[in-house]
Amino acid sequence: MSTIKAEDDTLYFGDVAFSSRLLTGTGKFSSRDIIEPMLEASGSELITVALRRVDPKAKEKDILQYIPKSVRILPNTSGARTADEAVRIARIAREAGCGDFIKIEVITDMKYLLPDNAGTLKATEILAQEGFIVLPYMMPDITVTKQLHDAGAAAIMPLGAPIGTNRGLEMKPMIKRIIEISKVPVVVDAGIGRPSQAAEAMEMGADAVLVNTAIATSHDPIAAGKAFALAVQAGRMAYLAQMAGKRTYAEASSPLTGFLRP
Amino acid sequence: MHIILNGEETAISGPTLLAMVKEKGFAPDSVIAEVNLQLIKKEDWEQTVLAEGDTVELLSFVGGG
Repeated sequence: MSTIKAEDDTLYFGDVAFSSRLLTGTGKFSSRDIIEPMLEASGSELITVALRRVDPKAKEKDILQYIPKSVRILPNTSGARTADEAVRIARIAREAGCGDFIKIEVITDMKYLLPDNAGTLKATEILAQEGFIVLPYMMPDITVTKQLHDAGAAAIMPLGAPIGTNRGLEMKPMIKRIIEISKVPVVVDAGIGRPSQAAEAMEMGADAVLVNTAIATSHDPIAAGKAFALAVQAGRMAYLAQMAGKRTYAEASSPLTGFLRP
Repeated sequence: MHIILNGEETAISGPTLLAMVKEKGFAPDSVIAEVNLQLIKKEDWEQTVLAEGDTVELLSFVGGG
């Protein structure tokens, strides 16, 4: 029996501790002013940002101004089509003061937005060597999970479903296998569209989930952030409680004593 | 003098990176600068003199998942 209690159930990426198992993102919010109250409601302690060329016409403040200092930044390498481009983005982000965390995204397939595992592995190897805390976004694959671990990844981030689709755990069977074998935390990233899907991932034993689109594009991102936080907590607690398996046939919950009938 | 700024050729009058950033209307605090693929720290912008044909990337953090 597990003796882990939910209240001292800390998640580590590298040597950095987190009490929240819900990672969030800053994309697609209708107003950037919603990000701070969303973070407060969700309790998320790690949030993604992206790096882009500045648009001379859009005189907006940079996104970091909207994130409280207590929340850690997870820059992503979105836009990178090769390992080298991902490495370049990671180095820029660190130099710019974003810390050592990096979410690697190497995507060559612009229709389905599915990750290129070979490029992701190469970038992970290089950046882990340079002392980054590397969280690679990856296509669920057992061999690549082991290779990413050996390359120094601080976590594995298999996709649940393609980015922005809200379709949930389409990759469920493979994510289950990854959870079984991974020696680093497994964060289900992309495709989670409902709190129930986040809870399902956590019940399965995922260490965390990353949710952006579903929160940002809901009618009320603050309430959605809270709903996802509760779902993640419930799923985690259920996992630690070690729920009983399914049965084919009914098994009475009440004693079927025979005093009503002779 | 002409440089390639974010992929487009553009004329600049100021010789330094800092002068160019201001000339193009960017707030220095909210952008990150790379000159010929080398990241230049903000404190060095004033000393960084641009040359004809330099490739400059001005970047910033935006929303992303």
